[in-house]
Amino acid sequence: MSIDINEIETFDHDVVVIGAGGAGLRAAIECSAQSLNTGMICKSLLGKAHTVMAEGGAAASLGHTDDRDNWKVHFRDTMRGGKFLNQWRMAELHARHAADRVRELEEWGAVFDRTADGYINQRPFGGHRYPRLAHTGDRTGLEMIRTLQDHGIHQGIHIHQECTALKLLKDDARISGVFGYWRETGRFVLFRTKAVIMSTGGAGKCWRVTSNSWEYTGDGMEMAYMAGAELIDMEFAQFHPTGMIWPLSVRGILVTEGVRGEGGVLQNSDGDRFMFNYTPERFKEETADSPEEAQKWLDGDTSARRPPELLTRDVVAKAILNEVEEGRGSEHGGAYLDIASRRDPDYIKRKLPSMYHQFKELAEVDITKERMEVGPTLHYMMGGIAVDGETQMTSVPGLFACGECTGGMHGANRLGGNSLSDLLVFGWLSGLGAKEYISQLTRPLSIDSDDVELARHAAVAPLNREGGENPYVLHEELQSIMNDVNIVRTGAGLQRAIDAIEELKPKLDNIYAVGSSQYNPGWNQALSMRPMMIVAEAVARSALIREESRGAHTRLDFEGEREEWGNINIVVRNAEDGSMEVEQFTRDVPPEHLAEIAYSNLDDLEGGIHV
Amino acid sequence: MSKHTFRIWRGDSSSGEFVTYRTEVDEGMVVLDVLHRIQSEQAGDMALRWNCKAGKCGSCGMEVNGKPRLACMTRMNTYSDQEVITVQPMRTFPVIKDLVCDVSWNYEQNKKINPFRPSSAQSDGRYIMSQEDVDRVQEFRKCIECYLCQDVCHVLRDHKRQDVFVGPRFMIRAAGLEMHPLDTEDRIGMIRDELGSGYCNITRCCTDVCPENITITDNGIIPLKERVADRYYDPVIWLTTKISSAIKTTLKN
Repeated sequence: MSIDINEIETFDHDVVVIGAGGAGLRAAIECSAQSLNTGMICKSLLGKAHTVMAEGGAAASLGHTDDRDNWKVHFRDTMRGGKFLNQWRMAELHARHAADRVRELEEWGAVFDRTADGYINQRPFGGHRYPRLAHTGDRTGLEMIRTLQDHGIHQGIHIHQECTALKLLKDDARISGVFGYWRETGRFVLFRTKAVIMSTGGAGKCWRVTSNSWEYTGDGMEMAYMAGAELIDMEFAQFHPTGMIWPLSVRGILVTEGVRGEGGVLQNSDGDRFMFNYTPERFKEETADSPEEAQKWLDGDTSARRPPELLTRDVVAKAILNEVEEGRGSEHGGAYLDIASRRDPDYIKRKLPSMYHQFKELAEVDITKERMEVGPTLHYMMGGIAVDGETQMTSVPGLFACGECTGGMHGANRLGGNSLSDLLVFGWLSGLGAKEYISQLTRPLSIDSDDVELARHAAVAPLNREGGENPYVLHEELQSIMNDVNIVRTGAGLQRAIDAIEELKPKLDNIYAVGSSQYNPGWNQALSMRPMMIVAEAVARSALIREESRGAHTRLDFEGEREEWGNINIVVRNAEDGSMEVEQFTRDVPPEHLAEIAYSNLDDLEGGIHV
Repeated sequence: MSKHTFRIWRGDSSSGEFVTYRTEVDEGMVVLDVLHRIQSEQAGDMALRWNCKAGKCGSCGMEVNGKPRLACMTRMNTYSDQEVITVQPMRTFPVIKDLVCDVSWNYEQNKKINPFRPSSAQSDGRYIMSQEDVDRVQEFRKCIECYLCQDVCHVLRDHKRQDVFVGPRFMIRAAGLEMHPLDTEDRIGMIRDELGSGYCNITRCCTDVCPENITITDNGIIPLKERVADRYYDPVIWLTTKISSAIKTTLKN
């Protein structure tokens, strides 16, 4: 039965921002500042998106705690952390603008922790040469999302809460609308728009052990992919080295890198501080090689090098895994994280209050007295929607992307703290990009009612079946498959995962949700299965192609970085026949001035090349 | 592992009832884990809100055995195996379905509060604030907007005065702005007239249920009430205002 699209509730906007975390809010604020009629679609309630969970801080070279810092050092750290696979222009824009975007939050009411002389304090973090993370205790994400939210609600943005976007609609090649549904009623909704900014975050729910909540099912990546955009760097999924591991019910919940930034150390079952054994060649020159030197660094000696616990996340996660595999894991199969013997209880409670609270309430562990138990947890997607570095527009005219759902900025591994600054910088830039695009549109856009009908039909199918596959069970099956696409991978395992995903696809066509469409989590889960499967397939296929180990992507059958792969990004796109097309893409030659910074040694950089 | 009995409110705005579920509970589980287990095994369409599962987002506020709690931070080992656990939505707000209620009223209250208006920055664009001066607003800014304080506030819950009082959450939101070292906006009149500061009679129920342990009443609401009192009810100011207006009236006559 078909319906008249005029019967579907419809909103008209100049731009629709899908996603209301930090990136979406910052994008919407910019769109509104550019006098665009701005709609924002929010899958949960406003202020609950995953930005709220970010703990450690936003990386920006403010230079408040070490005045040797500047955007170039930040850029160099980001490229090195990303193993030189980052898009050069994105990494440059990010490093150049992060400081201004953080300062702007202060003008909007954010209250970051202060230095002794009253400026924004900065905390050391993995892979960052200098203390660089503007922070508010260990709840920086909450501070940022609340600041953006409280500022945003006075900017005339139309906020559509508990609304899930399902499909992008196009007028020929151009974006012209969004189709979705209200969670509360299950009724469908249509947005007519000239541009869409995708800011839907990650896809952690493809994996069983993850720090991500139910929302992170890769919706934005899938919608963009189905609309014809490319996904880039999908093989790079970040496992944060420190998630909770015990009790089982909290497995995966994040333990901030700030614990290590504040001096916490990792130990194995023998009590050894094992990270000293895992410093990669590239970082040896800049990393302490003894506990004594690491202690000096903690005491504030600026000539001392950083402790190895603050190596990049890929390195630390793999080190923990290796200790466990070699029989030196903690009681429940991870590592011990000790802050209790490093800092006094008052300091810990002041700088890491939510970690104190989290362990006390959920694991009955007092982190001022006892060690924590931690292990890797899927945390962040480096890969995502491919965009033009200048405009943040995808290959689909009118479709923009920012924040975690975007690929390219972080390369093979993201530095902690770079996502909170990423969402500010690219949220802002995507708003500017959308304004520029809209101002050049010359004709009105229309929505194809057949497309709407197809989307509606697909969406109600799980409710109309008499029986079929249980969406919760299907989700667990996918998560089991992704055990082969985990932190360490093999060609055989990846192929097994791809085959299993193919076998799962027919089940998806027979998914069944009990009950009505009104606030029905089973139906909502059924509709999020396809996005998760597209993302899972993209990760597995990209990972199978990349025959080397680099950053977050580790192949047991292809150890170490291979020179020939250092020049290749992998992209996937939806082929004409509906299959997933994977392509190797040779990277552009970097601009000379950026290459010089990225490959320079620190003495030269601090000596002032290209000031 | 042990078996527990749950009574969960199922229904919508028109009607509903408590439905009994028996389910296994593993070591370390919180109430939210059990609700998810029931959802995936016995009640696929049972509605509930949650996000972070770590007490940071404030989505899973509900009433567990009569107490407003975050389901993700309520450990099952605080109940005995025999104890029947009753779960229902926050009762101060209209129910949508099952454990989900309509909290949109709260978002409307936030809009009433005049936004942050900073003093001008230094010439280099930076602001200076000392940590001591921001400590107290940082306490208020820990709020995760779970609305448990709103749920338990008897002005809202029992007296249904949503028309005149914004509730504890937005009193501390206002306090966070009023005590912000850089803020220059004057909200005292608004706090009395539009936020309804006079309606709070300091029973501290909100402070008791706050999962972030914010001292809502003593550190937030009482200082705001004092500022209102200083402005409008200070006897010296009151007398001065009266006399000056009397003199003006005399002079005019």
